[in-house]
Amino acid sequence: MPFELMSGSQAAAVAVQRAGIDLVVAYPITPQTAIVETLANFDARGELGGDFVSVESEYAALACCYGAAAAGARVFTATASHGLAYMHEMIHWCSGARVPIVMANVNRTIGAPWCLDPDQGDSLSQRDTGWLQIYCSGAQEVLDTIIQAFLLSEELLLPCMVVFDGFYISHTYEAVDVPEEDKARAFVGKPSFKAQVRPGSPANMHGLTTGDNQIHLIRERHDAMQRAPGLLKSINSRFMETFERGYDVIDSVIAPGVKTVIMAAGATAETVRWSLPGLNNTGLIQLRMFRPFPCEDLRSVIEAHGVEKVIVIDRNCSTGMGGIFAQELRSAIYEMENPPAVQDIILAGGIDLTYEMLKKIIEQEKTEGHLEQTWGVDLR
Amino acid sequence: MRIEEMNLVPEMMYAGHNACPGCGAALAVRYLTKALGTNLAVVLTASCWSIITGMPPLTALKCPILHCPFPSAGSVGSGVRRGLNAKGMTDTTVVVLAGDGGTFDIGLQALSGAAQRNEDYIFVCYDNEAYMNTGMQTSSATPFGARTNTAPYPLFKEGQKKDIMQIMAAHSIPYAATATVAFPEDMEQKLKKAQEIRGFRFIHILSPCPPGWGTESADTIHLSRLAVSTGFFPLYEIINGVSWKLTCKPEGKRTPLKDYLEGQRRFKQMEDIRVEALQEEVDHDWESLMEKVETSEG
Repeated sequence: MPFELMSGSQAAAVAVQRAGIDLVVAYPITPQTAIVETLANFDARGELGGDFVSVESEYAALACCYGAAAAGARVFTATASHGLAYMHEMIHWCSGARVPIVMANVNRTIGAPWCLDPDQGDSLSQRDTGWLQIYCSGAQEVLDTIIQAFLLSEELLLPCMVVFDGFYISHTYEAVDVPEEDKARAFVGKPSFKAQVRPGSPANMHGLTTGDNQIHLIRERHDAMQRAPGLLKSINSRFMETFERGYDVIDSVIAPGVKTVIMAAGATAETVRWSLPGLNNTGLIQLRMFRPFPCEDLRSVIEAHGVEKVIVIDRNCSTGMGGIFAQELRSAIYEMENPPAVQDIILAGGIDLTYEMLKKIIEQEKTEGHLEQTWGVDLR
Repeated sequence: MRIEEMNLVPEMMYAGHNACPGCGAALAVRYLTKALGTNLAVVLTASCWSIITGMPPLTALKCPILHCPFPSAGSVGSGVRRGLNAKGMTDTTVVVLAGDGGTFDIGLQALSGAAQRNEDYIFVCYDNEAYMNTGMQTSSATPFGARTNTAPYPLFKEGQKKDIMQIMAAHSIPYAATATVAFPEDMEQKLKKAQEIRGFRFIHILSPCPPGWGTESADTIHLSRLAVSTGFFPLYEIINGVSWKLTCKPEGKRTPLKDYLEGQRRFKQMEDIRVEALQEEVDHDWESLMEKVETSEG
């Protein structure tokens, strides 16, 4: 099938249908609703290829996914913002229980007050829950990443959150190369992970244990997650052979001699990418995988290019500390021999990043020297 | 009749478990798993049974148990059912097991959602009338007048016990029934009947709790029987939310409620005026139940 015009949310839904799914669990929340609506439309046309259920809350949605995945089924749900926060207990539980789940989270600010703009604080506040997190910068990338995420999640027995910005991606239409159903299903294959609930086979799954046992389980989960960058690379190279496009855990655009790069995740990375020609001598690192944090990939690209400064676009803010991507990067480069300086641009509240703001950031460097932290509103 | 003499499948519960002596919930689950057979999957939410079943890899039941967070039981049951269906295992009976906290309180939303969707599994609430796993704190299933560790003397549980059966009836589910451990044949019949029905089924089991109620472990069956003969916990079933049927009618006059309350430490310092108030409440609920039963028969 050739290119189709679709939104990021529609692309997410199409990916799920193309990959082949046993159960979609649906609950609406802006700006995610179009994902589950599109999947409901597949169901209405008899094209979903699996079960579809509308439940009474996001908490129920993830709990239902947990039960079905424990029975060996391939499951998908989508949420955003308050919905993700409401799931929090189940988010921890699902990774502790080592069930594969793919969930789309469409970034939206968490209140109070109510706000719909795409602050990344919803997904980033689930950083330490044991979920894989991958951030996407456009509809095509959303589609391709969700297809890959099923394989990643089922191989590692870790749930995977595919994250993208509300409105800038979820509601923006672009031409998307949609894989043919047969080709996509052959690529993903049937779910082959072992069911935890096997009738006839007694097992006491996830009952009370001690800290002495728990530390081994947490370590196993940590080790499994450390395998994710390598595994995603190999899934991606097979994806490239089949579909002739692909994505690494980070994607860098750094011309020879460039010493200043902008690091961004999600839609802002795309803004930076298209602005590069006007930002002389500036490069881009698009951060795709956030959990696990791709420390090695980042350090080697920084070292290879002798990067001296990284300007981090954080559409989020950990109150009392600053942008979360910047903190993570600082931590990753701390032990480097010549770590680059890090400037943190905070776009909390999900405010937009414009070409003019990027120009101003680069000019500021020349006039004011290195700044550790800049609030996006001061760049307008 | 002894439980061993009943025409049931072999024991589904192992001899070793962590229940307190005289635990009604341990008996309830032993009976219910015996009634439902071997092709069974249990979803277990935070409750006494999280402890009773033992520390993995040990287990007390001869079937898979999937533990889940406190508020999630109803939804996890939906997931397990649909997941097993996707794997072609449509004939496995899925049972969700929750205490009164996980049913009446924190689990109510998930329970209501699953019931409204008519999910195809059996939700079993073993009701010991308080948060017993944490040591006897008030739940909305605690009866009026009882003392708990969050309503210590001179405080007492105010307000009526939530009528979970009416709530379930209002969801028009295919089958709902009450049961208690002194009447294992009645419980078995209801579970077997429930197992033959597709859709959402709800079983509410009164499970005496010796340490929580402040009773002797040997009195569990006696109290369970008194709960029925006083009309405090009538045994009945509701088909499709509309057809109410009494399955155990007390012979002659109902036993005075006082006989049930005395001997339970949780009601020990209950003032006469409150005993009377609770008796009135029980009488009122009994009459209202009889009306529904008669209307259904008529």
